[in-house]
Amino acid sequence: MEILAAIVVGVLFGCGIYLLMSRSPVRLIIGLVLLSNAINLLIFVAADLIRGKAPLIPPDALRSAEATADPLPQALILTAIVISFGVLAFALVLFSRTFKSTDATSLDEMKTTDT
Amino acid sequence: MKLLLILPILIPLITAAFCLLLWRRRTAQRLLGALGSAAHLLVALLLLWTVRQDGILATQVGNWPAPFGITLVADLLSAIMTVLGALMGFTVVIYSLTSMDSDRESFGYYAFFHLLLMGVSGVFLTGDLFNLYVWFEVMLLSSFILLALGGEKHQLEGAIKYVTLNLVSSALFLTALGILYGMLGTLNMADLALQISEGKHAGVISTLSMLFLVAFGIKSALFPLFFWLPASYHTPPVAVSAIFAGLLTKVGVYTLIRVFSLLFAMDIAYTHTIILVIAGLTMVTGVLGAMAQNEFRRILSFHIISQVGYMVLGLGLFTPLALAGSIFYIMHHIIVKTNLFLVSGVARRLQGSYQLDRLGGLYQTAPALTVIFMISAFSLAGIPPLSGFWAKLILVKASLDMSGYIIAATALGVGLLTLFSMAKIWAAAFWGEAPETTALGAEQPWKTFSLAEKTALYLPMILLGALTLTIGLMSQPFFELATTAAEQLLSPAGYIDAVLGGK
Repeated sequence: MEILAAIVVGVLFGCGIYLLMSRSPVRLIIGLVLLSNAINLLIFVAADLIRGKAPLIPPDALRSAEATADPLPQALILTAIVISFGVLAFALVLFSRTFKSTDATSLDEMKTTDT
Repeated sequence: MKLLLILPILIPLITAAFCLLLWRRRTAQRLLGALGSAAHLLVALLLLWTVRQDGILATQVGNWPAPFGITLVADLLSAIMTVLGALMGFTVVIYSLTSMDSDRESFGYYAFFHLLLMGVSGVFLTGDLFNLYVWFEVMLLSSFILLALGGEKHQLEGAIKYVTLNLVSSALFLTALGILYGMLGTLNMADLALQISEGKHAGVISTLSMLFLVAFGIKSALFPLFFWLPASYHTPPVAVSAIFAGLLTKVGVYTLIRVFSLLFAMDIAYTHTIILVIAGLTMVTGVLGAMAQNEFRRILSFHIISQVGYMVLGLGLFTPLALAGSIFYIMHHIIVKTNLFLVSGVARRLQGSYQLDRLGGLYQTAPALTVIFMISAFSLAGIPPLSGFWAKLILVKASLDMSGYIIAATALGVGLLTLFSMAKIWAAAFWGEAPETTALGAEQPWKTFSLAEKTALYLPMILLGALTLTIGLMSQPFFELATTAAEQLLSPAGYIDAVLGGK
C-alpha cells in the first residue's frame, strides 16, 4: 500500500512540475493543483499508514507505547486543502483577469515587467 | 504576560476586521489603519522590552501542553523582528494616507495591509513548524492581494510571477515539513530540535534541510531563486513596494536563521558552507543586476537581493559575531530599504516618473528629500558612520576571524558596487538637470498638496532617517541587542527549556 502511494505521489509530483514549466496558463494552474494534491498524499503516507489501532493513550502516559494510527496528518492535510483551495481560487481569478486585460495567450508574452 | 505574545497578532487582526466592517467608510478606515498600526508598534516595543528583561517568553495556546499544542514563543530575535515589522507597518501606513489613491483605499487596502502585518508577526512568534506554514500563507495571500490590487496591466503581470513562484516555494516547504513529521512525529520546533540533536536519521535530515533551504531561499530571494523579485516589486504602488521590500524577504531570512540555528545545526561543515557560497553568489548577482538598471525602483529591488546575501552570510559563517552581524544587518537594512522606496515615491510625486533619465534636479527643488536619500543611500553602501558601515564591519570582521578572505573581499567589493548604484541615482535624479517638462500628466501637482498631506509623506521618512542616524552614531546598544540575540540562537537549550520546560 505504501509503495503504491509512493509511486502515485511521485507521478503526481512529476506531472505537476512538468505542467508548471509549460507556456499555457491553464496548464500552469493544473500543475499547481496536482502539486498540492501530491503533497497532501505525501503527508498522509509519510506518517505511516496503520490500520485498526486507535490512538488511545493512557491518562498517565505522554505517548502511546506501541505504534497507533496518527490522526494529526489528516488534520494537517485538511488545513492544507483549505489553504490551497483559497490560494488556487485566487490564482485562477488573477490569471483570468490578466489574460483578459493583456490579450496574451501564452506566458511567453508576459515579459514587460522582467528585466 | 502571556497576552503580550498574542497581542502583536491579535491587534492587526482586529484592525483588519473592523476595516472590513467599515467597508464603505474610507475616512474611518484610514483612521483605524493608523491607530491600529500605532497600537501594534507599542505592543511590539513592550514585547521587546519584556524579552530583554525576562528572557525568552513562551505560551501554549489553549493550554495544550507542548509539544502537542501550538506554542507561541519570543526570543530576542523574534522580538526584534516583531518590532521591525510593526515599525515598518506604522511608517508605511502613515505614508499611505497621502500616497495611496482613494480607489485602492476603498477596496480594502488597509484591511489587507493589516492582515499582512498579522501574518508577518505570526511567522516571527510561532514555535510550531506547521503553524509557521499557516502564517506564511496568511502573509502570502494578503501580499498577493496588495500586489494585484488596482489591476493595472503591469501589476497583474508582476503578480503572476510572484504568485506562481511563491506557491511553488510553499509547496516545497509543506513537502519538507510533511516528511519531517513522518520521521520524527512532532512539529514543535523545540521538540524537533531536541530529537534532531539526539542524532536520529541524520542523513535524511541533512537532505531535508536542503529542501527547507530551497523553500525559504525562494521566499528570501537567494541566488539562483530570486527572479520573481525584480519582476514584481516595481509594479505596485510605492507604499506596497516599500512594505514588501522592507519586510517580506526578511521574513524568509528570519526563517532561514531560525531553522538553520535551531533545527539543522548538526552538520555545520556541510550545510552552512553551502549557505555561505550561496550568500556570496547572491550578493554579487544582485549588485550586478542593479548596475544594468535605469529605473529607481528596479535598482532598489536588485539591491534587496544583494543585501539579503549579506544577511545570509552571517548565518553561513555561524559564529556568535557573524550571527550578531546578520541580525544587526537585518535591523539596519529593513529601515534603510523601506526609506529608499519611500523616497522614490516622493520623487515620483514631484516629477512623475521612476525613470532616472526623466528625473533631475531634486537637489534644488526638494532639499529635505535629498538629505534623507543621502543618509539612506550612503548607509546602504556602508559609508561610516552610518548604520550600514557597522553592519558590514561586523560581518567582514567575522569573515576574517574565520579566515574567509574570499567572502570578506566579496562583501567589500559588493559594498563598493552598491555605492556606484547609489551614486548613479544621486547623479541622475538629485544632481542632474531638471527635466523641462515633468511626466506628471493629469496628476495632482506637488504644489497643491496641503501641509498635512506633505507631513504624512515626510514624517515616516524623517523618522526612518533619524533611526538610521541613531543606529549609526550610537550603535553600541543595538550591537549588544544583536549579540545577545545571537547568543540565544547559538545555545538552543534556552529556547527548548522555555518551550518544553513547563510540563
